[in-house]
Order: sequence, then structure tokens, then C-alpha cells
Amino acid sequence: MSNEKKNREERNEDKLLENFASRLSRKPRKWQACALSNLPDEIIKRAYEVGVVPENSRAATYFQIDHSVISKAIQRTFQGQIEVMSTKEAMKKYDWFKKYWWRLVSKDMDQFTRLAYLKWDHGYFIRILEDQKVTLPLQSCLFVFTDYLNQNVHNVVIAEPGSEAQIITGCAVHPNIHGGLHVGISEFYIKEDAKLTFTMIHAWNRNFDSRPRSAALIGDNATFVSNYLLFQPVKSLQMYPVAYCKGVNSRVEFNNIIYGSGDSRIDVGSKVILQNSEARGEIITRAIATDNAKIYARGLLQGEHEESRAHLECRGLLLSDRAMIYTIPELLAKAQGAELSHEAAVGKIAEEEIYYLMARGFSEKEAASLIVRGFMDISIFGLPKDLEENIKRIVKATAERAL
Amino acid sequence: MTENILEINNLSVEVSGKIVLEDVNLKIAKGEVHVLFGPNGSGKSTLLMTIMGFPAYKVLSGEIIFKGRDITNLPINERVRLGISVAFQNPPAIRGVKLREIIGYWTSSIKEIENLLKKVNFSPDLLDRDINLGFSGGEIKKSEILQIMAQKGDFFMIDEPDSGVDVENLKIIGRAINDMLQDKSGLIITHQGYILRFINAHIAHVILQGTIVCSGSPTKILTQILTEGYGWCYKCPMRRKIEKRETKTNS
Repeated sequence: MSNEKKNREERNEDKLLENFASRLSRKPRKWQACALSNLPDEIIKRAYEVGVVPENSRAATYFQIDHSVISKAIQRTFQGQIEVMSTKEAMKKYDWFKKYWWRLVSKDMDQFTRLAYLKWDHGYFIRILEDQKVTLPLQSCLFVFTDYLNQNVHNVVIAEPGSEAQIITGCAVHPNIHGGLHVGISEFYIKEDAKLTFTMIHAWNRNFDSRPRSAALIGDNATFVSNYLLFQPVKSLQMYPVAYCKGVNSRVEFNNIIYGSGDSRIDVGSKVILQNSEARGEIITRAIATDNAKIYARGLLQGEHEESRAHLECRGLLLSDRAMIYTIPELLAKAQGAELSHEAAVGKIAEEEIYYLMARGFSEKEAASLIVRGFMDISIFGLPKDLEENIKRIVKATAERAL
Repeated sequence: MTENILEINNLSVEVSGKIVLEDVNLKIAKGEVHVLFGPNGSGKSTLLMTIMGFPAYKVLSGEIIFKGRDITNLPINERVRLGISVAFQNPPAIRGVKLREIIGYWTSSIKEIENLLKKVNFSPDLLDRDINLGFSGGEIKKSEILQIMAQKGDFFMIDEPDSGVDVENLKIIGRAINDMLQDKSGLIITHQGYILRFINAHIAHVILQGTIVCSGSPTKILTQILTEGYGWCYKCPMRRKIEKRETKTNS
């Protein structure tokens, strides 16, 4: 398919989605603030699938259902280290907050950013205070409960100089939802010498559309690690987060594991813009497509400084002849000396690997399942043990279902 | 009468449309360790892969009997379950699949795994690395031996355990294999025969152009090969059979 034709199709699809969004509900029921344990079981169960656990296992918790903020709790031990609140509250509380608002993501980027600008339904503001090393992960959950709802959240995360933290964000919908749209704007500021690991897990469903729009600004000697995991079907998902390595020795890592099933149409990528000396970037994407899923796995490395370096690796595994994976790696050098590289490979499960594992006693199905599971290996993500175990269980079930 | 663990009768095998083994006959008795010599491309690894049941190795005629059962058409993993193990020369690297998961299929005992690691002097860190990905030559060999030790089979096939391994590691691997083969049976492929310093092999065979052309004492055959090369094999009475085959192929 030519790029022009594809772009035309995308524009048409986005137009359709925009029209669809205009008919979606903007008036869901109001939820009262409460402890997570008081939420209905079906919500707790679904939230658990995206890494959300009881408040006492995390340094802080932000939980939003539809347009209502349910929880913004900080454990006592971590009071004074972090701030967690809704972005609406932050806007009222701090004059300076505007400096971080629509600064990295343009409200005019597309119809979805405009929608989020005009109809803003909270979102989280998380701030790690200067020099604070937060030893437990923070968590947030953006949940859609109401059928045919439009939820537009706008999140801001600030890691102040010298701070360190890990944030786990789960975005999920009630499994019985018949339609809806989530737009999520996220702006990350990782200031000098700070380190932020952000893990986002999505659990949409086959009737749901999602349009996250994210950007990160990384300061001197700062590191941003962004992990993204998708195991559930989605009607359509399109996102292309960008990280600006603006500081000297700034670093970014994007790790994406995307499992496309059913009729999912997934267009996911990561962009790294290297703007200073010793800036480093890495994008690693694993995409698996089964059933009729279509996955576009993009990646852009842009070298704007001569002493910058980045690498992009994209591997795709096709488990069905009706599915499709289209990898689009792009390298753009704007300065001599910028070292940019990529490798991409798409294929089916190698027979040689299956037979090797069968020679170790595994049945053909067990061998294939092990290979698919291995393909979605998350051990490099450095996740907290409980989350890693939880995701491994999901990956195992997904691999078995896939075959 | 000695009981055979493996019996191959008149086996002919095709790979990608080419006949690679022709009329191979081989009997390995319980408790015996056999060695297979042969120049590159003579069919040694093909024989191992065929015994293991790899689908690309198509049996045209003949049969493979293991423990008295015809396994010619059994899937690979069922052969493993009957007690056949293989250590590959060039195993594939599989991203995300850890050696621990493969060993864990056979044993969950931490003590047993530690014991196995000790036998091949294998770093426990490698258990959690992607299998064979970035492993050195020695690590690959050790990993293969470790896996077949964990399988606790009755018949071990080992493809070139001494290739690409330094002297120190060869000693470790050789001793581990010898230990593993106590009261068991085996078929070992080797080019230089270094591994035979550590293993008590009973019978050696030479395979040339897909046919076993002679069998005898491992020491004697190895000495002959090392001094005179495989040209020596053409002097043996089987020579005529090979020549006959060549004539048939050429015509």
C-alpha cells in the first residue's frame, strides 16, 4: 500500500472516530472517593490485570473511574517525598503548573489533542520531589466503566532534580463495554540527575478506541525508561510517544511489547530526539500479531547532536496468515557524528527452535508456547517482583491462547 | 545374548531431495558407547538427527528400533520420553527462553540443578540468560551437556562435544560425559577424537558418503584416521561398495 493511500485511509478512520466521539457520553455517573478495596470486584480484578494492587503495596495511588477521581493516596512513609493529585487540582493549587501544561504535546497536534483540550476529565499529576529516591513504585489507574464513554485525561509527571521513582500506570475498561474512546495526554519532565521508570499496561477491549499522546523532556544526566505492554484486544490504538533528550548525557529507553489479537488495529511507535552531547536512546519493540490483527510498529531516531547515539530494534512474530505486522523504522541524522542504527525482523516461529525444544522433551505446542512467551520476555524491564510475576502469568496465558 | 538399545536396519534418508544416508546398519548394545567418525558432509549429524526424528530428515526406507520398539515414525519429544537425548553441535539461540526453563522441565530440585551445574562447572547466571544467545563455544557445549544430563535418558547422542572448546573446558566436558555414560549407552561424533581421552568408548564406526564403511576399535580407527586420513578407509573391503554407489550416482 502506498504511503499516500495509507495516510488517506488513516485520516478517514480518524475522521470517523472523531464523529463517533462526538456521539459518545460525556456525562457518566459520579463516583465517590473510596479505598480501592471498596470498589466492585469486577473493577478490582480488571485493575489487577494492569498492575494495580492494594494501596499499601505502593508508595502512592491515583485511581480514576470515568471522569471521577476515586483515590489519590500517599502512604505515610512517603509523605514529603511525592505529590499525587488530579491535574485539575494541581491547576488550582499551583500557579507554576501552567508551565508544564500543553508544553510538550501541542493541543493542535490532531483532533484528539483538541478534544482533550476542550473536554478535559482530570488525569494525574505526580511529582517526585528533589533528591527523593522513592523505594516503592507509585501506581495510577485510568478506568472506563461506562459504556460509550469519552474519557479525556491529561497527565503530568515531574521528576525533580536528583529524584528517582518508578510509576506503574494501568489503563483499562470494563470487559463488557460495547464502545468508547480514551484520549490520554501525558507530559513527562525528567529533570537533571533524575531517573524515572514508567510502565504502562493497557487492557482495552475489542470495541474500544484509544489515542494516547505523550512526550517526555529529559534533562542533564537524567534517564527516562518507558515500558509499554499490551496483551488485550483493542478496536484501534494509535500512539507515537516522543522523548526529547535535551540534556547532556540524557538517556531514554522505550521497551514495547505489543500483542495484537482479534481484529485489533494497532499503530504504535516511539520517537527519540537526541539534542545534546552524550544523549543516548534505545527503542526495543516486540510485536506479535495473531487472528486478524494489524500492527504498525514505528520507530524514529533523530540525531540532532554530533555526539549522540541511539539504536532501534523491532522484532515481529506473526502467528496467523490473516494478521499483519508492518515495521517502519526511521533514522534521521541532522548532525555529523550522530550514530543511529536499527534492526528489524518479522517472521513466524522458527521450526528449528521448535524442534530444538522438542528434543528437550517439550511437545510441539509447549515448545511454540515457550517461544512466544520468550518473545514477550519482560525480565529486562526491571519491574517490581509482584508486577513481574503478574505479567508473566498474563504472558503465559496469552501465549497459550495464541496457539 | 546382548540386548541392543538401538538397532538401525537398512536406513536410507533424504534431506531436501538429496539422499544423504544409504543403507545404514548400526547396532548399539545396552551399556555400550559408540563413536562415529567421518569427513565433513559424510552424514554423521544426519544420522543423529534422523534417530532423533527431525522432520527434515525423511526416512526413505529402513527402520529405527529403540528398546525393541520401532520409533521410525515417532515425534521427537516421544523419542525423548523413551530415553533418547541429544547434544547438538550448533544449537539455535532462542530469545527470551531461559536455560532454567528447559532444565526446569526435567527437575525442579534446586539441589539437583546445583549438582548438575557443578559437574560442568557452569555459571548459575547463565541459567537466566536467553539460551545460547551470546554464549561462548565452551558455554554452548556445557549447556548442551547440562541439558541432556538433566534429561536422565538411557541413550545419549553427542555431536562434536570437543569442537571449539579449550583444553580446560574439554577436560570438564569429557569427564562430565564419561560420568553421565556410566551404565548408559551413547553415540558420539568427533573429528579429532580429543574427547576420547576422557571417555571409554567401545566401538567406532566410519561413515563415508552416507554409508557406514567400517567398524572396530576406537583407538585403532582413530590412529589410522589421524595418520592416514580417510583415504585409509578406501583400502578396506567396503571400498568396493562405495565405488559401486559412486558409479551408480554418476551414471
